[in-house]
Amino acid sequence: MIKYYLEFEKPIEELELKIEELKRISDGKEINISGEIKKLEKKTKELRSEIFSTLTPWQKTLVARHPDRPYTLDYINLIATDFIELHGDRRFSDDPSIVGGVAKINDVPVMIIGHQKGRGTKERISRNFGQPHPEGYRKALRLMKLAEKFKRPVITFIDTPGAYPGIGAEERGQAEAIAVNLMEMSKLRIPIISIVIGEGGSGGALAISVADRVYMLEYSIYSVISPEGCAAILWKKDGHLGTEDFSRAANALKLTAQDLLSFKIIDEIILEPLGGAHRDPEGTAKKISETIVNALEELKTKTPGKLIEERYKRLRKIGIFEEGA
Amino acid sequence: MAWFKKTKDLKTDRKVKIPEGLWVKCDSCKEVVYKKEIERNLKVCPKCNYHFRISARERLRLLVDEGSFIELDAEIKSGDPLHFKDAVSYKDRLKENENKSGLKEAVISGDALIKGHPVSVVVMDFFFMGGSMGSVVGEKISRIAERVNEKKQPLIIVSSSGGARMQEGIFSLMQMAKVAAAIGRLKDNGVLYISILCDPTFGGVTASFAMLGDIIIAEPKSLIGFAGPRVIEQTIKQPLPEDFQRADFLLEHGLLDIVVDRKSLKETVAKLIELLS
Repeated sequence: MIKYYLEFEKPIEELELKIEELKRISDGKEINISGEIKKLEKKTKELRSEIFSTLTPWQKTLVARHPDRPYTLDYINLIATDFIELHGDRRFSDDPSIVGGVAKINDVPVMIIGHQKGRGTKERISRNFGQPHPEGYRKALRLMKLAEKFKRPVITFIDTPGAYPGIGAEERGQAEAIAVNLMEMSKLRIPIISIVIGEGGSGGALAISVADRVYMLEYSIYSVISPEGCAAILWKKDGHLGTEDFSRAANALKLTAQDLLSFKIIDEIILEPLGGAHRDPEGTAKKISETIVNALEELKTKTPGKLIEERYKRLRKIGIFEEGA
Repeated sequence: MAWFKKTKDLKTDRKVKIPEGLWVKCDSCKEVVYKKEIERNLKVCPKCNYHFRISARERLRLLVDEGSFIELDAEIKSGDPLHFKDAVSYKDRLKENENKSGLKEAVISGDALIKGHPVSVVVMDFFFMGGSMGSVVGEKISRIAERVNEKKQPLIIVSSSGGARMQEGIFSLMQMAKVAAAIGRLKDNGVLYISILCDPTFGGVTASFAMLGDIIIAEPKSLIGFAGPRVIEQTIKQPLPEDFQRADFLLEHGLLDIVVDRKSLKETVAKLIELLS
C-alpha cells in the first residue's frame, strides 16, 4: 500500500523509503545490513516523535483530515460486534454521510451513529465527503429515539468538515434539522457519549454531539469554523490565501483537543499512536473502546432525570463573560 | 495598451451626486427612494416592500407597548476567551461596535407588554458585529428562557444575525446547544415561543433557537438560511435560483408559518398570543 505523507512528514517519508529500499536490497542476499536498517528505524522513530511533539494547530488539522485516518465504520468494525446498519430518515432519503445502527460494545447493546467520509474518489463522492444533508441529521435523530425507546446508550463518532451547504440542503431545512437535534439530544433519556475522531466541523458536528461525555482523539479538531473559512473572512483581500493564512487562523481559533480540554468543553483526550491514528488503527480503537466502556459503566448508574439534568448543566455553564455595573 | 480605455476616474465624474442622507438606495430593488418616505413607512421600501434592517431599539418601539419594556441582564459583557488575534483585537472590535451601535452586545432582552399581554422579548441587532452569537447572546437568551419557564409567559425572539461569533470560537458553537436546550425546556412546560426572522438570519442562529419556534414568522424578502448564499455558490459552482433563501422561498418549502409585513407584526403576534396561550 502506498502511504500518504503530509507535507511536514516529508523527512519521515525519505527515511522510510530508504529503509524499504535497503530491505529490498538485502532480501535474499548474503550481505547483512539489518544493523543499518535498525539504526534508520530508530532514527525515523525519533524524528517522528520530534515532529509530532511540536505539531502546530494547522498541522493537527491536516492530521485530523488525513486520507488514511480511520473513519466511523472502521472503528465500528474494530470495537463493536453484531453491527447492523440501519438506514434512512423515513421522510426523504438515506444520507450515506451519516451511518448508524445497533451493535454491541463489550457485550453491551448500544446504538452507534457517526459521520462517514469515503475512501477513494468514488466512495468519497457518494458519501459527500462526510458533509450531511438534513436527512442525515434526521436519520441520526430517528435512531437516537429508537435507542431511547429500548433504553440503549448512544455512541456518536464525529468526523465532518460541516453540514453540506447546497440548494437541496437549504430547501429541506438544514438549519431546522440541526436545531431540532440539538434540542432533542438535550432531552434524550439515555446516556450519550461522543467522540471526535477527526474533524469536528461546526454545527454539522455539534448536531450529533450533544452528550453526557465528550472525548477527542489527540489529533482531532473541533471548531466553529474551518481555518480556511476563518482566514477567508478575515484576510481575503484579493482572493489569495495560503498555508500561512490557514495556519494563523488555526492558531487563533484554538481548535485542538488540547485547547478544548483546557476550556473544559471536553472530558478527556484519547491518545493516538505516534504519527496519528492511521499508524495503528487497532491500538487507537482499543483505547476508544476502553473509554466508551468506562463511561458507560459510570453513566449507567444515573437515572434518566439525573442524566438530563447534568447534561443541561454541562451546556448551561459554557460561556465566558463579565457581569456587573 | 488599449486605445479606448475607460478609466475609473471618468466613471465617478459622471456619477450624479446625491446629497448624503437624503436619499437611500433600496438593497433589494435598487431604486433610489426619499429617505423620509422610507422612515414614514417603518423603514420598508415603498417600491418593492423590502424591509430594511432596523436596530434592536427601533424594533422594540415597533413591537412592544410604549414604555413597557424593562431591560434585563443589561450588564453582561463579552470576555475574550481565545485572546483572538486579528488585525484588530476582539476587545477593540467589541468597543468599536459598542460605540457604533450604542449597545453592549448583539442582543437586548427583557420584559414587556404586547397589546397588554405580558411577554419576554429578545431582539438581536445586526449592527452589533453582524448580530453574531457569542457567550453573551447565548447567556442572555438562556436566562430569559429559564425565566419565562418560571413565569409561564410567552417568549418572543426577533433574530437578525450572521450566525455564531467566530472570535469566541468553540464557545460560540456551544451556545447553539446551550440555547437549544434552554428552549427545549419550554416545550415541556406549555410556554409559547414565537420566533421572528428578519433580514438576515443565518448559521448558528438559524440552526439553533431561530428554527425552534412554536410559531416561526419572517419579514418579507428576508434572507434566511443555514449556509450563506456565497458559500453555497462557491461550493456548487452554479448560480442560485432567483428567490433562493428569501422568506417566500422558505414559506413554500414549509420551513416557516407566516410571512408578515412589519406594519402588522405587532397585531399578528398579539393575536397569536391570544389564540395560543
